[in-house]
Amino acid sequence: MSSLSATSTLGRFQRWRRTKDRTARYTIGFFGVAVVGALTLMFVYLASETLPMFQGATLEPRTEYAAPGGADTQTIHLAVNRHREMAVRLTEDRRALFFRPYSGDIVKEESLPIPEDVQVTSFSAAEPRTRLVAAGLDNGQVLAIEYEYNERFSPEGRLYNPSLVYPLGDEDSALLDVDDDGRAISVVGIQRGSSGIRVAAATEDGNLVLVRFEERTSMMTGETEVRRSAYDLPSLPDGATPTRILLDITGRHMLVGDDQGQLHFFDINNPSRASLVDSKRVIRGDDAEVTSLEYLLGTVSIIVGGSDGTVAQYMLVRDDDNVNRITRVRDFPSHAGPIRNTQPEYIRKGFLTADDRGEVKIHYSTSQRTLIERQITDQPLHRVYVDPRNRLLIGIDDHETWHLQDLSNPHPEVSFHVLWQKVWYEGRSGGDYVWQSSSATDEFEPKFSLVPLTIGTIKAAFYAMLFATPLAIMGAIYSAYFMSRRMRSITKPSIELMEALPTVILGFLAGLWLAPFIEANLPAIASILILMPLGMLVAAFLWTRALPESLRNLVPAGWEAAILIPVILAIGWFSVSMSPLIEVWMFSGDARQWLTDQGITYDQRNALVIGIAMGFAVIPTIYSISEDAVFNVPKHLTQGSLALGATPWQTVVRVVLLTASPGIFSAVMIGFGRAVGETMIVLMATGNSPVVNFNIFEGMRTLSANIAVEMPEAAVGSTHFRILFLAALVLFALTFAVNTVAEIVRQRLRQKYSSL
Amino acid sequence: MNHWFKSGTPWIWLNAGAVAASLVMVFGLILMIAVNGLSFFWPSEVIEFEYQTEQDSEPRRVMGELQRSETMTAQAMRDAGFTVPEGQDIVVRHLIKRGNRDLDSRDFQWYLDDFMSEWERPRDVVVLERLQWGDFYGYIREYQEDGETVAEGGEARTAFEERMPQTRELVQQIERIERIEIGRVNFELERLRIAQRGVERAEELSLEERGQRQEELDAEREELDARYAELEAERNALRDELGRFAIVLETADGEHATIPLSRIVNAWWPNDMSVPAKLRHYVVAFWDFMTGYPREANTEGGILPAIFGTVLMVILMSIVVTPFGVLAAIYLREYAKQGPLVRTIRISVNNLAGVPSIVFGVFGLGFFVYLIGGNIDQIFFRDALPSPTFGSPAIIWASLTLALLTLPVVIVSTEEGLTRIGASIRHGSLALGATKAETLWRLIVPLSAPAMMTGLILAVARAAGEVAPLMLVGVVKLAPTLPLDGNFPYLHLDRAFMHLGFHIFDVGFQSPNVEAGRPLVYATALVLVMLIIVLNLTAISIRNYLREKYRADSD
Repeated sequence: MSSLSATSTLGRFQRWRRTKDRTARYTIGFFGVAVVGALTLMFVYLASETLPMFQGATLEPRTEYAAPGGADTQTIHLAVNRHREMAVRLTEDRRALFFRPYSGDIVKEESLPIPEDVQVTSFSAAEPRTRLVAAGLDNGQVLAIEYEYNERFSPEGRLYNPSLVYPLGDEDSALLDVDDDGRAISVVGIQRGSSGIRVAAATEDGNLVLVRFEERTSMMTGETEVRRSAYDLPSLPDGATPTRILLDITGRHMLVGDDQGQLHFFDINNPSRASLVDSKRVIRGDDAEVTSLEYLLGTVSIIVGGSDGTVAQYMLVRDDDNVNRITRVRDFPSHAGPIRNTQPEYIRKGFLTADDRGEVKIHYSTSQRTLIERQITDQPLHRVYVDPRNRLLIGIDDHETWHLQDLSNPHPEVSFHVLWQKVWYEGRSGGDYVWQSSSATDEFEPKFSLVPLTIGTIKAAFYAMLFATPLAIMGAIYSAYFMSRRMRSITKPSIELMEALPTVILGFLAGLWLAPFIEANLPAIASILILMPLGMLVAAFLWTRALPESLRNLVPAGWEAAILIPVILAIGWFSVSMSPLIEVWMFSGDARQWLTDQGITYDQRNALVIGIAMGFAVIPTIYSISEDAVFNVPKHLTQGSLALGATPWQTVVRVVLLTASPGIFSAVMIGFGRAVGETMIVLMATGNSPVVNFNIFEGMRTLSANIAVEMPEAAVGSTHFRILFLAALVLFALTFAVNTVAEIVRQRLRQKYSSL
Repeated sequence: MNHWFKSGTPWIWLNAGAVAASLVMVFGLILMIAVNGLSFFWPSEVIEFEYQTEQDSEPRRVMGELQRSETMTAQAMRDAGFTVPEGQDIVVRHLIKRGNRDLDSRDFQWYLDDFMSEWERPRDVVVLERLQWGDFYGYIREYQEDGETVAEGGEARTAFEERMPQTRELVQQIERIERIEIGRVNFELERLRIAQRGVERAEELSLEERGQRQEELDAEREELDARYAELEAERNALRDELGRFAIVLETADGEHATIPLSRIVNAWWPNDMSVPAKLRHYVVAFWDFMTGYPREANTEGGILPAIFGTVLMVILMSIVVTPFGVLAAIYLREYAKQGPLVRTIRISVNNLAGVPSIVFGVFGLGFFVYLIGGNIDQIFFRDALPSPTFGSPAIIWASLTLALLTLPVVIVSTEEGLTRIGASIRHGSLALGATKAETLWRLIVPLSAPAMMTGLILAVARAAGEVAPLMLVGVVKLAPTLPLDGNFPYLHLDRAFMHLGFHIFDVGFQSPNVEAGRPLVYATALVLVMLIIVLNLTAISIRNYLREKYRADSD
């Protein structure tokens, strides 16, 4: 009985031990595989954050309904608020209808304050975000109104009390006198700038008028006073009739389209001396007409749509004489039918085009992408609108049936072209590589070229490798092959310590000490470069040839490096103290000024500083791997070579280096990988300006430093945020490739050694 | 000569030169940091001189500490806008720290040697370290109590010296009240505020229950408000007491300034100090630096929060990385069979070591902070939303990110230790009937413990010096509260923290007055470098000891 129980106890114990053993096996196995999991997770996660940028846009039909407030009158303007909970429709029969955009339920109706006997003859809207619109009347007046949604927050959700407001005071002042002679306004343009509202109009007989309404708040009374000033502008040449007037937000440019497919540029910076600067036919087809003319956000680019379905972007570009010329920048895919309407996006440089056959296209100017091409109805579309956040698209056909579509278009700014090729940005005279991710103004065009950053990364790594590779490899050969064992036992840990030094300290010294030092002692750097090897050779000659045997024997072989330390210190000291004298003698007292006079830009924090500081960080990596490679060259090879009468140096060059070359190669690769990814040194010791050049005296901005600078400020989920993830992914992939190649080379080498 | 070149000796010497140059750079760098960092605390002499350029009609009296001197070409100085005597090619210029930032914004100024009079070292110059505006250089003229002049001249100095210790004590008391006691009340108030929101949102509770909770909260808040008022009164009383005393000083150019004692942190007469006195001052200043809080946009004061943050972050990281790394290494060495899986793991380890640290930062920010932290907030801290609890950079995410970063260090080091354990030990254990797990637990792990230690130390050294990823996942320039304090739950993993490396970056590159912060940057760099050197040397010596030990065993 007792033995039985003992057996069963033992059995239970054995089972328990087996369970433990198995648990341990699986736990440990899990952690082993988890390493791969961690790396994979990093890759997958980084990739998953960048993928949405390349997924394009989607457009799904949502609903259709007859225009709120009656389909028997035409819509002349439509706007939806950013929450897509309130919208406004202005109709041809002078009504403003506030309604719920998804259902079409009318919340409020107001009529526009236009006298009964006056006809509306033209209409125009300012930039969508200003919510300002203008209607030209047949009595020479212009009605300027704004719509407001007046949203309030409450626990039940947002509440709205929408209404029309009058930008220049009360309802009575809504009608602006534009043409003093009371002629009908056939074309009207309106824009709000920093100083007030500008209205431009063409009267029925083709005269152009510009009226400025400047608002001034009196300091004393706090009352706002509106000052009106009207100017007559020169008429269009060749008796052309204006069809469209565009005013920009700076108040300097006015563009007028005519019935002959031409665009005319007026400089109205000084309205009393306004002049016609440039005229150009903006449509290519011979019998084609311009059917749509619209500014993009920021009122710099103009989108021209034609009766032949073409869509093109124009800008004012300064020519060699510094005169703004109307210039075609890029073309977008044509529609099959005539363009009926173009609508800019609210907060980006995108736009929508709609044509006579019911097709809508969504384009983005900077990236030259067309994200959506979709037939949303078989009726002709006369209007197309989008909400400020680009989630809802409304197409209106000629029968005033509204087609609502859900839109998702989060990242139109990005394409391969934008990231890696020259892009013609607004305000520039040609294509360029630019990284400029943000600015203070809303109408700013983000410039996301990764080229300057990649060039910067390569530039920094190149100069660092230029400095580090020779030093590290030569040092490795010497300490693995010639150095005495005792000196090696000091040298190796010292250089390992060099690897452990935090890069933030190297960066801080490079930025705060080395950069000003080099700037003040430029000739010293040059003379060190020349004198150092020479001095070493002279010291070597003196030591091996000129010194008596007895003295020489005091220092055993393998301590040459120790002998050279004082030589290096002396040369360094000599060069620095001679530096001002050389400067006075050769560079007329100021080497930096001399460089500038030669046409070389000099930044205090430049690639030279980076080369030295980052080279310092990379030396130990290259050194210790190539030292291992050289040290592990099988002894019988070198001994064989020496036995055959080769000198030690010949053995090194012909046997050791050749055998160890794959190892040295992988050392250089790994060093390069480290230089590419290093962040703190470049962050602190360069000016972080994204320039595209290889000038050693200029700074750069690298991918890694760029991430460190901009990541904390990027809005989560924005295109900028995702592009920074893409930069990280590029770094990851680059170093992954470099490291894997290095590792494979190293494993091959190991196999080779074991077979030797 | 030709023969000499053919023998290859010059090339060997050039290679030796490369090693020598590397060594000179390493030791030069460490020496430079050491000298600059250590001299920061030494009470250096204050010099006074008259300065008159060719354009000045009157000489100006200048007083301050000599920061450094440079030899420049006259042309470069002229280009930089200095007046330089005609017909001179080379000039020497001195950077003088003049202090007195409240009187004159140019607290660091270059002076040309040619226009300086003989340097004087007046014995009664006092240097005041102040809470604001940096150092003050001047002569004590009067000592005031309640606005009345009590002592003048030499007596003023004695009276001031007698008063200072008491003042210091009061200042520390105020600081304790503000930092600890009021901090605790504020912490409780914040907790109440979130609880309040929770009650407001709790729809499952009946109105009565809600009302009851509300009353409880109100009572608690009232109590706290009373406590706050009490503490504030106490502090204000102390402040009033402090504000009674002041000294009047005269600067080099004859200006007078009244400085209340409450604003003075430390005072010394550098030109009137013996070497032992200077040493004592040095030790005290160093101690204050290590245990003090930063002031004046981090350019003055101490680095305690940075040291504290670094250490805590590293400890948290060790807790994660040690088991992970050790178990992964054991798997590679003891369990895995050679094959594609092991090769994949090795490539992963190598790549984890090679991926740039900023990429870890980006990953940590996206994955840990926004994804995991954001979801934790959604589930557990709904009441505090939209202000994030774990969904913003925090010490826990920094630790996890760095654990991932240092994983290869621990794996490689542990593996090396495991390799060195002879197969005979394993075979013996298994032959005696032990299971594999028992062999591991009882023999292999204890035997390889020093190797694991080495790995951990190297990982800690790496983590302590890493800054780039931390900038994204948890480091801030100034953390109002430490991540560890006396408020429940004591360890606040959701707080951002300060870090030595980031402190260097911040003070050196982002502060408005780089020159004023420079000595502090050097001192901080020295602390960091020393920490890392000590850690590395420890690791290296453990490793060497192990190698020797196993070499002896195998013989």
